[in-house]
Amino acid sequence: MNPAAIFSAVRREGWVVSLFLLLCALLVLTGVIQPDYGAAGVGSLAGAALPFAFAVAAQTVIVIAGGIDLSIAAMMALASVTAATMMDGTSSEYALFVVGFVLVLGLVLGFVNGALIILTRIPDIVVTLAMSFVWQGAALLVRGSPGGSAAEWLKELIVGPVGVPGVPAAITDWIPKALVLVVVILGLVWIPLGRSHLGLSLYAVGSSSLAAFRSGVAVARTRIVAYAFGGLFSAMGGLVLTMSTGIGAPIPGPYLLASVAAVVLGGVTLGGGRGGIVGPIVAVFILRLVRSDLTLLAVDPNVTTIIEGTIMVVVVMAGAFIARRSRPA
Amino acid sequence: MSEATATAGSVSIGRRIRRFMSDRPLVPLIVLLVMLVVILEILRPGIVNERWVANTIKFAIPLAILAGCQTLTMLTGGIDLSVGTVATMSAFIMATQVVDHDPGIAFAVSLLPAVLIGLANGIGIGIFRVHPLIMTLGTGLIGTGFLQVYQRTVIATGSAIPAGLSWLGTGLTYGIPNALILFVPLAALIIFMLRSTGFGRLLYAVGDNEKAARLSGVVYWQVILALYVLSGLLAGIAGLLYVGLIKSPSLSLAEPLLLPSVAAAVIGGTSIFGGRGGYTGTIVGALILGVLTTLLSLLQMPEGSRRILFGLIILAVTAAYIRITEES
Repeated sequence: MNPAAIFSAVRREGWVVSLFLLLCALLVLTGVIQPDYGAAGVGSLAGAALPFAFAVAAQTVIVIAGGIDLSIAAMMALASVTAATMMDGTSSEYALFVVGFVLVLGLVLGFVNGALIILTRIPDIVVTLAMSFVWQGAALLVRGSPGGSAAEWLKELIVGPVGVPGVPAAITDWIPKALVLVVVILGLVWIPLGRSHLGLSLYAVGSSSLAAFRSGVAVARTRIVAYAFGGLFSAMGGLVLTMSTGIGAPIPGPYLLASVAAVVLGGVTLGGGRGGIVGPIVAVFILRLVRSDLTLLAVDPNVTTIIEGTIMVVVVMAGAFIARRSRPA
Repeated sequence: MSEATATAGSVSIGRRIRRFMSDRPLVPLIVLLVMLVVILEILRPGIVNERWVANTIKFAIPLAILAGCQTLTMLTGGIDLSVGTVATMSAFIMATQVVDHDPGIAFAVSLLPAVLIGLANGIGIGIFRVHPLIMTLGTGLIGTGFLQVYQRTVIATGSAIPAGLSWLGTGLTYGIPNALILFVPLAALIIFMLRSTGFGRLLYAVGDNEKAARLSGVVYWQVILALYVLSGLLAGIAGLLYVGLIKSPSLSLAEPLLLPSVAAAVIGGTSIFGGRGGYTGTIVGALILGVLTTLLSLLQMPEGSRRILFGLIILAVTAAYIRITEES
């Protein structure tokens, strides 16, 4: 690759690159604050970020296609209780079927969201808001209180570092399984999607649904597919929740807010048509790392909430301001 | 020949009903409200009495004020998701400050964060052009953090609800809720503001076509700033009234009202994209949600099914409403 191509790639992906640099700087800072923060710290960071990463992936697909989904946390809760309840007291082979079932369930939930938006012509915010009640209620029906269990091999899947034969443990210790899982799964879904006709349609619809329609893109179908993918990623998020806690809880976690925040921090414009998956995922790790840094600094956890909110608002304000400066309306 | 005339006549009647509904969007809403009350009375004869009506109104009023925040902001194409936090903050701060200070001072102190959060929202949305959803989610998060830190400092103080506030929140005079003394003028003011003042017309103008509004000389950021400060202030007032009703301040007091407040505005016919809607519809929307809650709790279903029904009904009502009122 010649320098000019690298330069233009850096410029195009400027936001993502600067996020990466920010993440590296934060990791160095963490090392300074806590000299014994090492492989174990990175491992627990990846573990904590795991469900957030999938929630953000779900929101990212939908936002790129010009929508928004307020029911992601509720879908995650439903997937999590379904998985934990079905796996309770069954064999580990059966767990494989459960994983498949929950993923299909996620696709269906997302499809229902998308289809309702298209059929009723109600704004997406309102539909997904109402559906968040529905999925939450369904989760409560599956299991009224936290409980159930997860297969051992599933739990093992995200705990500890990866072991690669022939590579010294000193290196592999730094690569947590959780991180590999996120990268592999998102890569398996996203790379083919990004290169396909469908991926292009997602961006086209998000950018301008009228222009996409006039260029022959099936707008309604594309939007429904975006929501179905959102449901699929939410189901994955619910599964990893069950995998990491060993149980399913019917009350939605703080994933909705975090997903919207990380999507925006990651350079995906609300309104659609712009951004990718890498930025939001890096943003998730940044937000988690800030939180653990503040804990290491012995900052009151409540002050941590204030700082997190402030970072989110300030970064978004700065982003909006820069975008407006560079593109005079 | 006569058949043709008949069909033409029936079509025009259908159209006339449609036209009537879209001219007066309030009518189908009130019909729905009455229908829900009738269903309630059929399911449990005798439940609809003076006390039940007063109680439903009492609980619908704080919701209606919060839904007012959503209505006003939605008219400009925005939304205010910080109202739950703002209402909780005002209620909690008032309840803890009133222990050591004069109620007047406590009220003033408690409304200060409401105005500040509204100001922050207005600056972010109006000047920096941040998406309202993100901005208000963020400030809501910050507010929650501040409230938790504040709670540490007043843990020893305890809390109290001034007698006047619980009178206003729960009291009845001749069977009529006292809260109406606050709400009726407030609602009248909002409706008057939207219908007959320049500011109200600016809200509709900005929401309908922002570019056209700008080109006609509207200073966008000033309108948005004033709007979100007003929204914060209204949320603060709703919080004070709500704590007078619930009587136990907690750190999540008004959070459960956030999503219903959006739902009430949407059911009431305010478009989330801006430019269309009004406050009267929202008030009826809040009442509908109140009756619906009683109805669902009467059905003796598990909590899960109740939530499912609540979500589906909101969806169905909104869909039907859009079909009825939109000109085809």
